[in-house]
Amino acid sequence: MQSTDYESVRRARTRNLKLWLALLLTPAALLLIVFVFIPMGSAVLYSLYEWDGLARKGYVGLANFSDILFDPVRNKVLFHAFWNNVKVFVTLMIIQNGYALVLAMLLARNPRGYRFYQVVFFLPVILSTVIVSFQWKLFLNPVFGLVNKALIAVGLESWAVPWLGLPETALPAMMLVNAWHWFGFPTLVFLAAIHRIPTDFIEAARLDGASEWRIAREIIWPLMAPAVTIIVVLTFIGSFNWFEIPYVMNGLEGSPQGSTDMLGLLFYRTAFGSISAGGSDFGHGSALAVLMFIFIFVFSILATKYLTSREVEMN
Amino acid sequence: MEHRRNAGLETWLMYIFLIGSTIAVLYPIFMMLMSGFKTNAEIFGAPFSLPKSLNLDNYKTIWTTTDVPRYLLNSAIVTIISVALLLVTGTMAAYAISRYKFRGAIMVSMFFLAGLMLPLRLAIIPLFVQMKSMGLVDNLLGLIFIYTAMSLPSTVFILSGFLRALPGELEDSARVDGASELRIMVEIMVPLITPALVIAGIYNAVPIWNDFFFPLIFIQTPENRTLAQGLTTFFGEYSVNFGVLYAGLTLAALPIVVVFIIQSRRFIAGMTAGAIK
Repeated sequence: MQSTDYESVRRARTRNLKLWLALLLTPAALLLIVFVFIPMGSAVLYSLYEWDGLARKGYVGLANFSDILFDPVRNKVLFHAFWNNVKVFVTLMIIQNGYALVLAMLLARNPRGYRFYQVVFFLPVILSTVIVSFQWKLFLNPVFGLVNKALIAVGLESWAVPWLGLPETALPAMMLVNAWHWFGFPTLVFLAAIHRIPTDFIEAARLDGASEWRIAREIIWPLMAPAVTIIVVLTFIGSFNWFEIPYVMNGLEGSPQGSTDMLGLLFYRTAFGSISAGGSDFGHGSALAVLMFIFIFVFSILATKYLTSREVEMN
Repeated sequence: MEHRRNAGLETWLMYIFLIGSTIAVLYPIFMMLMSGFKTNAEIFGAPFSLPKSLNLDNYKTIWTTTDVPRYLLNSAIVTIISVALLLVTGTMAAYAISRYKFRGAIMVSMFFLAGLMLPLRLAIIPLFVQMKSMGLVDNLLGLIFIYTAMSLPSTVFILSGFLRALPGELEDSARVDGASELRIMVEIMVPLITPALVIAGIYNAVPIWNDFFFPLIFIQTPENRTLAQGLTTFFGEYSVNFGVLYAGLTLAALPIVVVFIIQSRRFIAGMTAGAIK
């Protein structure tokens, strides 16, 4: 008698536990399925159809993909935008992350005002990209902007050009704005990585009379490799999804003369319509999104693999 | 001697670099703040001098004739509700995954982690069609659902790391005392991970507050615009009045800057949480 009682209590308890677990998991799972997984899956499906506005027409197989990649007009716009994204990635790696690396190495030496610098460098990171973009758009205004006023004040009249209006200077100006906005993030990630290196490594080298430059290059740099991996991958994802700064500063068409056109802008124009792309086109838009996803995903995996193997080697 | 002089030079260079960077960050923000107190004539005539007085006319214009206060309110509503919903549902899911052994537990946590790798922006077209059919386009509730859902994977990831580290004796002794599973979770375990809740909250609240992309696609009527998106409208309307534009930017930046300055340590820890192991 005793044992069956116990058995039934146990069974009831297990049943209750199952119910309890289901209760805990359902809200989050439901939100994730409805608002993330279903849309992500549908994107692939959408790219295989022809669309007329919100209405789905016939199945077209991979035609949308081949249009984007091989149609002479579309293909030219696509690769032009893609090339600009490549420029953004490479430039940001050098000016934004390179600068951050130097700052992190300096901060790791525990200068006076160490906390203050961290807070200051992180300040632009927390601002909305839209605020930062508009702020610099005002500063770069050819007539009213502070940048040109300052250049004229110091006698560099010939440098006071309409920065966002010239095809040669618009993209570099935007990339500098991006660097101003974000450099604090890699700085503090690198700094945290340096702090995890055991101090006796560095102290021992210093006692042996190694120069700061040698310590930085031969001890700190190899041992902070995991942080470098993360920053490279995040910068890559950010560069190929670059949208807000070019959109706010120079609009949807990547003006002047397409010099600031990006995959993100092209995707938006294709999907939701614009002056140059015409009405909204969900088929080609989805195909472009799928291609971008595959490209970013594959590169991120390969980069992580390669950079991680480097980490192991050096340790 | 040689070495000493070298070290001195290095230190000098270091401070020049650090102070130069500080000026490069703070001066533009300071100019934005100061220009907000100026008239157009002052901005054009004396761009670098301090404003003649702390003239609040530009702020009055914004407060009385533009929708910027409304945008601020909408952003606050969306951010607060999204983060609250996120922390409640995220804690529940993380708790189930990390505190119980059950069949399929690994599958369930894989399911949540998979969301970490999916950039929802690229699914904006199907999402738009779906939201339209659900009546969630041009609706703050739609934004709240999207933000909550896309932030869940990172939240579950951060929280389950902390929950897993809690010792099992705590819940066992409570269970012996006859406490219900719900009470054990709410009264004993969750209070212990408050720091993790703060980190997960900040990690997601900042991008939600600052987001521009989803409102750009989903919000149409002026009353529903959020801050980042509303600023584009505001800039269109006041494109010739620089003082008002600078004041608007300052006002838009103010809430998050104030919170950041008060809580800088937590912000930095929270926002870099995804990149630092």
